Amino acid sequence: MTAPERATDIETQAAEWIGRRELDNWGEDDNRALKAWLDASLAHRVAFVRLETGWKRTERLAAFRTPMREQQRIEHAKPGWTLLFRAIAATAVIAVVAAAAATYMVRDNTREFSTPIGGHEVITLTDGSSVELNTDTVLRTRGRFAELVKGEAYFQIKHDAQHPFIVKAGGHSVTDLGTAFIVRNDPNKLTVRLVEGRARIDAANDKGQGAVLTPGDVAVASQGALSVRKASVQQLEDNLGWRRGVLVFDRTTLGEAAAEFNRYNREKLVIADPAAARLTIGGTFPSGNVALFSRVAQAALNLHLETRGADIVITGPTKTSAKTSE
Amino acid sequence: MVDRSDNHREGASLRAAGAEMTAPEVDLWFAREVLPLESVLMQFLQHNWRNASDISDLRQEVYVRVYEAALERIPDRPKQFVFATARNLLIDRVRQGNVVPIEAASDLEALEIAADAPGPEHIAIARDDLRHLQSAIDRLPPRAREVILLRRIHGLSRNEIAQRMGVAEGTVSQHLAYALRLLTDALYGEFPDVRRKP
Repeated sequence: MTAPERATDIETQAAEWIGRRELDNWGEDDNRALKAWLDASLAHRVAFVRLETGWKRTERLAAFRTPMREQQRIEHAKPGWTLLFRAIAATAVIAVVAAAAATYMVRDNTREFSTPIGGHEVITLTDGSSVELNTDTVLRTRGRFAELVKGEAYFQIKHDAQHPFIVKAGGHSVTDLGTAFIVRNDPNKLTVRLVEGRARIDAANDKGQGAVLTPGDVAVASQGALSVRKASVQQLEDNLGWRRGVLVFDRTTLGEAAAEFNRYNREKLVIADPAAARLTIGGTFPSGNVALFSRVAQAALNLHLETRGADIVITGPTKTSAKTSE
Repeated sequence: MVDRSDNHREGASLRAAGAEMTAPEVDLWFAREVLPLESVLMQFLQHNWRNASDISDLRQEVYVRVYEAALERIPDRPKQFVFATARNLLIDRVRQGNVVPIEAASDLEALEIAADAPGPEHIAIARDDLRHLQSAIDRLPPRAREVILLRRIHGLSRNEIAQRMGVAEGTVSQHLAYALRLLTDALYGEFPDVRRKP
């Protein structure tokens, strides 16, 4: 019998596998290598299962960044957490470095970029401006002109006073005056959130003068109408959560939260009970993980879940006390 | 026979009587039934084994034996099975004579106590998972806590975590790996260092 490997060495390796799979570029080769390592000994497998279980439990942390009861309790209990939360909240999101891998086609100088449901791509335009496309989005560009055919995009425009950059969507137009802004094209309305600089928005068929937006402004344009309100820095940052793959909710109704998740996922979250749809929830959740959100919502709001095909259906509050298991 | 001591209904669907289990099924069972026993198991091992540096190897060996048995058939009574396995392992080690003998002759009593206890830790964990998780994270060193929170709460990328923590990007996964080991110990195994007699 050969001397068994020390448990601590195995544990170190198992943890490194999990860390690498979580954070590094992980491909088929890595999968094969991991499988070989797991198959090499039951001790490997057991150590891996143990640590993986620990890691999965931290999924629940998504529920923590909320203004709700849980976080307040933590803040009272532990100053260290408070500081960290503040530090995280105060730091602006750094631009994501990613290659322009969105599918695109070129037709008479018009380039078309698109992302699938759940997709997220950064594209760099020839003038050095960059555009991040959110889920299920189509964008056409031609020189300093872009059309957001559908979906949502975050524009960071290289300013050129001689050649303003214009974004059209649903008949509305946004003209950059040195700017970073988010444009979201929903059926029947266009939402523009200004992050930096200034931009001008003109709603389709609007008789008015349009509006010049400054940072924090949220403009909603529909046919013939335009409204502008002010959002906090925190809200703006939350609205950009998709850039790092998360959805941020703050007293958001379950109905709205489900609609958001459904933009990002093929498996749909259906709220079958109108009373449940009005319950509110807060927190930061990975946008691609409907199951996690459902579990957290289920636990926090005491809901009854069932799966129908690929969909998750919330049928209402549980009748019995909260002992439903995951 | 779908008869078990603790009645976890979700477990029932996993068990086809006498059928051989696939690894993923055993993984789930192991995570649900065995890992929550870890702190009690560690106390048991520590109580009955003088050489503290062997404890994590012993724990691993117990887990391997339990897991191997579960691949054949999921034990009906996980808690009794885990502790019987632990006891047999200690006895084997003594017989092999390659290690320090069991310290107390009271090991059988200890086993009985451990195995018959109602397992409040199991229930408490299920009921209040979030609070348990929170207290485990509170006990981590600051850097380990930070990397987990940056990843899990803010969903930051490797690159962003590297910038935030001021470390090389290539080392972020190692930071996370280290943090994960500490966290898992804090969640399941962290055993008090007070039981051993001088």
